[in-house]
Parts: sequence; C-alpha cells; structure tokens
Amino acid sequence: MDQALITRLGDELYTALTSCEVLDPLTNRHPEITIEDAYHIQQQMLSRRLAAGEKVVGKKIGVTSKAVMNMLGVHQPDFGWLTDGMLYNEGEAIPADTLIQPKAEGEIAFVLKHDLMGPGVTAADVLRATEGVMACFEIVDSRIRDWKIKIQDTVADNASCGVFVLGDSLVDPLSVDLLTCGMVMEKNGDIVVTGSGAATLASPLNAVAWLANTLGRLGIGLKAGEIVLSGALGAMVPVEAGDNLRVTIGGIGGCSVRFS
Amino acid sequence: MKLDQATIARLAEHLETCELEARDTPKITDEFPDMDFEDAYAIQDAIRARKIARGNRIVGLKAGLTSHAKMKQMGVTEPVFGFMADYYTVPEGGEVKVSELIHPKVEPEIAFVTKAPLKGPGCHIGAVLAATDFVLPGIEVIDSRYRDFKFDLKSVVADNTSAARYVIGGMARPAKEVDLRTVGVVLEKNGEPVAFGAGAAVLGHPAAAIAMLANMLGAKGEEIPAGTLILSGGITEAVPVAAGDAVTLRVQGMGSVSLRFC
Repeated sequence: MDQALITRLGDELYTALTSCEVLDPLTNRHPEITIEDAYHIQQQMLSRRLAAGEKVVGKKIGVTSKAVMNMLGVHQPDFGWLTDGMLYNEGEAIPADTLIQPKAEGEIAFVLKHDLMGPGVTAADVLRATEGVMACFEIVDSRIRDWKIKIQDTVADNASCGVFVLGDSLVDPLSVDLLTCGMVMEKNGDIVVTGSGAATLASPLNAVAWLANTLGRLGIGLKAGEIVLSGALGAMVPVEAGDNLRVTIGGIGGCSVRFS
Repeated sequence: MKLDQATIARLAEHLETCELEARDTPKITDEFPDMDFEDAYAIQDAIRARKIARGNRIVGLKAGLTSHAKMKQMGVTEPVFGFMADYYTVPEGGEVKVSELIHPKVEPEIAFVTKAPLKGPGCHIGAVLAATDFVLPGIEVIDSRYRDFKFDLKSVVADNTSAARYVIGGMARPAKEVDLRTVGVVLEKNGEPVAFGAGAAVLGHPAAAIAMLANMLGAKGEEIPAGTLILSGGITEAVPVAAGDAVTLRVQGMGSVSLRFC
C-alpha cells in the first residue's frame, strides 16, 4: 500500500474521530490492506492527534480474549495509543456526544516505574517494571460504521480505543494474584459482567510482555510513567448518556464513570 | 399441589432411574403441564427418600440457576435448590466416569461449610457469613436428566437441579476474610483457561444464595444444620466435558481444585 493512501486513510480516521462520524470499513474499499499497513495508518491517525497538541501517555492492548480472536480470525492481540486527551479519572463524567458507539470494558491498568524494551521481556520483567496496577474502564469506540470491523480496520482505527478511566487505587502488583483477581462490572446498579484476570491472554502479565516484545521489534520501548491497559477481563457493554458504571477488581480497587 | 402421591412417587422413580442408568428423558412437564413448584420439590424429596432408603447419605446442599441473567431468561426471581448424595462426591484430583453420566458439564462455584444452624425467614448475608465455618473452591458436575438440557424450572427442580457429582478442595478460608463479591475464578480445561468470573455473578454475592436457601427452608419450618456443605451456584456458564478432559478451578486466594473425566 503506498504512502499517499496510508496518509489519506489515517487522515480520514482522524477526521471521523474529531467530527464523531463513521466510515465504511477500510477493508471494504481496500481489501488488500495488510495488518502492517493498518499499523501505518494508525501511526498517521496518531500523528494528527499529536500535531493537534495531544501527548502520548501509554498504550492499550486489544483482542486479548479467545472469543474476540475467533471473531476477528486472528491468533494474536493488537495495540493502540493512549493520549492525555483520552484520559478520565475516577468518578468523572464523559460527555456521551464526544463518542460515536461506545462500549465499556473492565480492565487492569499497569503504571510503569521503569522502561521496558523488548524483545526478551518476561512476566518477571513486567512485574519489576510496574509501579502499580489500577482498576480501569476502557471505553472502546469505533470510527467504523456499526462496528463492522475486520482486524485491519480496528488496528488502523487505534485498536478501537475511545477513552479510558483510571480508578481509585494504585496497588503493588506483588500484593495481588493477577491471574485469578475477579472483575465485577455494574451498569446502573445491575451486575452486567463478571470476569477474572486470566481472561486476557491467560494473564495480564502475558499481555504486557507481549506488547513490550511486539513494540521492541519495531524499536519502540515502553517508558517509565506510561500507562498500559492490559485487555478486557469480560464482555464489553454498550453505554449511552445517563449510564452510571462501576467496576471492582478483587484485591485492586474500583473505578466509576458516568456518561453525560 | 396439583399431583397426587402416586404420580409424585412414579415421577421420582422415573427421574432417579434415569440418573442411575445414565439415560435421558423428555422433561416431565410435557406430560404434567399443570404441576407446580410444590410438586416439583415433592418429587425431589421423594428421590432423596429413595436414596436414603437405599443406604445413601445426604452430604450437602446446592443452589442452581443463581445468575441474574439465567433467572431473567427463565422468568424467575429466586434460584432453585437441590441436594448432594454421598456418591456424588469426587475426591480432590479424582476421576469421574462419563459412562455413569448423560451429558456432563462443569461449573465453578464457592462452597460454604456452616458451623452454626441457619434458619429463615430473615436470613441475610451477614447471618450467613457469621454461621460459615469456611469457604473453599468447588467444581460442580451437572448432568440434567432431560434430553439436550431442555427443561423448564419445575422440571429441573424435580430432577434435583441436575446435581450429579462435585469436588471441593484447594485452600479453605474463613468467609469473613474473603471479599466473596469480587473473588475471581478461572476454570481451566486441559490446561486452557476457558471460563472467567467473579463471585458477584451469583445473585450479587454467593452468600445471598445461602440466605435464600435458609429462607426457603424456613418457610417450611426447616433449617440448614451446622456442618452443612453447600455449593452456592455456578459463577460462569457451564462448560461441557468428555472422557479424557482434566478440569482445574483456580479461585482468588483459595488455591485450586481439580478433577478428571475418564
């Protein structure tokens, strides 16, 4: 795929993001797009955000469950970028009209205290480099009409990331069993999803190690202070204005968010 | 009650024979669409009496259909309850013969063991926690006697809520030291994690299922005696198993428990 087309598609996605409009799937118009092309389109979309003044604060890992991998016909996760413009804190309200077709996922966020540079990063390295873990919401959103995504569409679209919300506690990763910790998500008082740590690549540590190693092959490191969203611990839940959500993760803490 | 004693005895014999001979049957409400919950529990009690008369002991109780999603799907607001006979017990790491079952599935659960009697009405989560000696991981093997697991609520109650086998193990913990709402579970089949959940999937809190059981028994003037083992209900969807499968349940802070199917 030539650079001009990559730039054009990245620009289209950026415009869709900022104007809250949807595009037809890129893979319908350009069936030849590879996953590598899609990451180049993602880079173009990101470069527009950075040019507009946003700062990178971390990464997200997506497609970490077997169910989603099967749905998209792939056998590996994907990743996208987190910027300061996407960050909300515990209890804040997210204006629903800044999103297109949002869905909420309960996840564990890692906050790093040391750089992590792959390849060769192990689960032990991830633990050593982690300042703490937090309960968080990733509010995924798609700039592709009706979420009709193939893997290339979601990768190009910053791994379908919308915004994210960090929770109420930062907990030492050595104090919690990240494999079995339970996740409970409530929407307007109803328990809508439960899950546990192993739902993301059998362990959230595997997910972060995968990201560090994948980025390492591209010459990119994870930096001290960065946030890594390690993948959904249960099914995603559609949200709209007026919804009030809380996620609690056993041994870690909670995170609340409202949609206004 | 809509059914007479003879019919209840006949249905109990039929369902228990299906269990003992590992063969399935159409749901009994096909033949008796008017039967009510009292009839259904009377059939379950008759099955229990048949086992006791044969020399089996009743070693525990169980809750079923405990998730809000499942109750909504079945159009009910309360879970259902059954019992466990001694021969349902599988030792930690032990084997289950699939030839003795029809179409088994496994569910991850939190097992409670009481140290004081629990009596409703008015039983609540706090009362359950106070009366609980310890909690520990449990895998329930369910095996509906109904063809293709096609049943309604009354049929499943009569069929002892699909109870078939169970294993408990891992690390027992005092209930007051565990956050049973957020306690996470990972069910592994042949080494692969296949189902994930947290305690809140059971009625918001697994102890709520025990409280409802105490309240239901209380309405009949009965109680849950001290020293009772109770499986509080499946935390995730049930996972089908076959001969050759090994299943492990990991529960946050409570280690793991496993069984194998041969």
